Amino acid sequence: MEQPEVVQVGTARKGESGGSFWRRLLQSREFGVFLALVGLVILMRFLTPYFWKPDNIFNVLRGMSTIGIMAIGQTMIIITGGIDLSVGSVLAASAMITARLMYTGVVSPWVAVLIGLGFGTLLGAINGLIITRVKVTPFIATLGMLSIARGLAYLLASGLQGTVASNVPMRDESVNFLGAGYIGPVPFPVIEMFVLVIVFSLFLRFTVLGRQIYAVGSNEQAARLSGVSSDMVKLFVYTITGTLAALSGIMTAGLLGTSATNAGTGTELDVIAAVVIGGASLAGGSGTIIGSIIGAAIMAVLRNAFVLLQFPIYMQTISIGLVIILAVAIDQIRRRSS
Amino acid sequence: MNQTGAEILRVEAVSKRYGGVHALEQVNFDLRYGEVHALVGENGAGKSTLIKVLGGIIPRNGGRVLFEGNEVDYQRPIEALHAGIAIIHQELSMMPSLNVIENMYMGRMPGRFGIVNWKDLERRTRQAMALIDLHVDPYAAVQDLTISQRQMIEIARALSVNAKLIIMDEPNSSLTQGESERLFAVIDSLKARGIAIIYVSHKIEEVLRISDRITVFRDGKYVGTVDREDATEQKIINMMVGRELDRTAISVPDKIGDVLLDVRDLSGPGFDKVNFAVRKGEIVAFSGLVGAGRSEVASAIFGARPFTDGEITFYGRPVRFKSPKHAIRAGIAMVQEDRKVLSLFMDMTIQRNITMAELPYMSKGVTSDGAERRLAQQMVRSLDIRLASLDDPVSSLSGGNQQKTVLSRWLATTPKLLILDEPTHGVDVGAKAEIYDLIRKLAAQGVGVMLISSELPEVLALAHRIVVMHEGRITGILDRADASEEALMAYATGIADDFAVPAEVSS
Repeated sequence: MEQPEVVQVGTARKGESGGSFWRRLLQSREFGVFLALVGLVILMRFLTPYFWKPDNIFNVLRGMSTIGIMAIGQTMIIITGGIDLSVGSVLAASAMITARLMYTGVVSPWVAVLIGLGFGTLLGAINGLIITRVKVTPFIATLGMLSIARGLAYLLASGLQGTVASNVPMRDESVNFLGAGYIGPVPFPVIEMFVLVIVFSLFLRFTVLGRQIYAVGSNEQAARLSGVSSDMVKLFVYTITGTLAALSGIMTAGLLGTSATNAGTGTELDVIAAVVIGGASLAGGSGTIIGSIIGAAIMAVLRNAFVLLQFPIYMQTISIGLVIILAVAIDQIRRRSS
Repeated sequence: MNQTGAEILRVEAVSKRYGGVHALEQVNFDLRYGEVHALVGENGAGKSTLIKVLGGIIPRNGGRVLFEGNEVDYQRPIEALHAGIAIIHQELSMMPSLNVIENMYMGRMPGRFGIVNWKDLERRTRQAMALIDLHVDPYAAVQDLTISQRQMIEIARALSVNAKLIIMDEPNSSLTQGESERLFAVIDSLKARGIAIIYVSHKIEEVLRISDRITVFRDGKYVGTVDREDATEQKIINMMVGRELDRTAISVPDKIGDVLLDVRDLSGPGFDKVNFAVRKGEIVAFSGLVGAGRSEVASAIFGARPFTDGEITFYGRPVRFKSPKHAIRAGIAMVQEDRKVLSLFMDMTIQRNITMAELPYMSKGVTSDGAERRLAQQMVRSLDIRLASLDDPVSSLSGGNQQKTVLSRWLATTPKLLILDEPTHGVDVGAKAEIYDLIRKLAAQGVGVMLISSELPEVLALAHRIVVMHEGRITGILDRADASEEALMAYATGIADDFAVPAEVSS
């Protein structure tokens, strides 16, 4: 029987040795980004001794925690081939409803938190419904939500009468612990981020729905024809991202002790940048949460570095832009050569 | 251009590899001015690859191409076009929302300082169309024209660039009888002008009718060239297949059981009042031309497309699946026609491609690497999928093994009804035979099979019964014993029709 040549290559290295796991790991985009992070950290240790102090390290980690948490949801969305531009605004609106409810005291603080999380979840679900039912592209649907949710934050801060308020205080210390607390020397937001990263990484890796998220992004038509409810999958990722943005909002407000109408402005771009640096393709089908967290860490370390080294702010902004382009460019070049 | 008879094109030992697979291996071909030279072969024989090499769409890996006596190696399609080689692709490469003139002159709009003289272009467009006696509104959007008219516009376009060699890739695949006649007449007029034509097709009858010489490719290799006078249908088929066609009945004893699927008066977009049944262990083939509505009927049963009217009974119960998910749960599997677009997750591993459909049923939400691997290994063994590692991306497999991977995804769900839409498209001969064996084995185990196939030999080799469709309607249902290629063709083209509604009733 005739056989194409690939077959011989196949039989030559039949069987899956443990070696292939390590080779795969070493070749993965995440590993490359991780090496870049390690290199950056080592460089910083030499440039400024203060960098490696636990205080500073925890500072960096706390600074990236809300970006990291939103990047978890954004990663899943980008894996499906979508995008969510509204996370920064959903963050603000959810925090604002929580702060407002606590301020007026109509419900107990933790109920206010649940309502805040529920509100973010609802806004995420609306994103998902507009995308799946009305078939508006994710970019447009969430661009609209970016504006709407920001407007809702203003509305919730001021009330219908239109009294101008840009801040509403967060009046409960136990709630503020979410953003400002410490367990031992470790900021609580850092713990929240790592727990969520682990939970959602396991979810993506070991559940049917997690697998289907990749399938939808890889080939949506094929996924549907293989029995995947791609609409349900998409609705899920946008909804959960709304929840995670709301949590980030309450954490941010908790840290500052106040909920601001302009909270999270522009963070959607940081979140997307973290995911892209971390190896996800905007075309869908690939990406990992670990990669995105490493991407967020690279940006956080860079920001910290420029502050510690007292470089001007424009250099920080320019360098982060360069990192985004470099990360994707290197990946493109590698892919073409392989 | 009065060089009729002189050589215009010579292809010597041209090869093309994709990875380790030879799409073309040292093929030869030659062509004279004013000649129609047909290039035939089964799917995957390398016909399209040669066209792409000649047209500068893909680079070749070896060999020589001489065009009008000079050795050429076009790097881009535009170079080939300027040299006088025009390709009319199977899926016409036009911009549907633009008008005829814009399509004719796209990429080479003449004009002063970027300003287009539409009056002049209109005149030239009409001139080019008049050459082949085509009269359509130059300002009509191409999407509003028939396939045949679009094809004619492509030919007119080729004439307007003074093409000396026109390559037609399966030009006839979606034309009606009358439109085909029209095309043949145009081809004759092109010949008379001294234009050389490469006519790619797998329809032997028409090839015998219009070509001066016929060259056969098989599995990327050159098999031979025959003059029309020496060619017979049987001879060409034997060259294409490489052996005497095995038309013997399927070897497994036919144990056909109860009715599994019963379809009554099913109507929807692309099909009308379709009636048929599939019994357990029965292979029912669906024959017909491209666009006859066969895939649409199957997709409607599978819940992937809507139907407006009629009833589907599966296992004695009326069903109407909202989505493929529900059909799969009920025990139906469907191997789609276009595996790259509709089936495979190219960047995912082979294992994940195999387990995709069964995954929700083998685990309660949480996946098990061990169980998944065992299922994948079992499928790889039973279908003899040749691979290096289950963790390699499915894109690393050859076409045949990719198709087997798709099949294994569906067999993993242990379906009761298996729908196969062109299951051996673009699959090499070896894998094809294995897929045939597999289909027979499944039927012997009691699985009902709906086999949609445009390859008549395949239909005749596998089916117990054959349903023939034409323009969305069933025109005939034949037992294999009564079926021949000629009979199937007659039903497929609508010449024969057992279910025609008498005129007085239909009104």
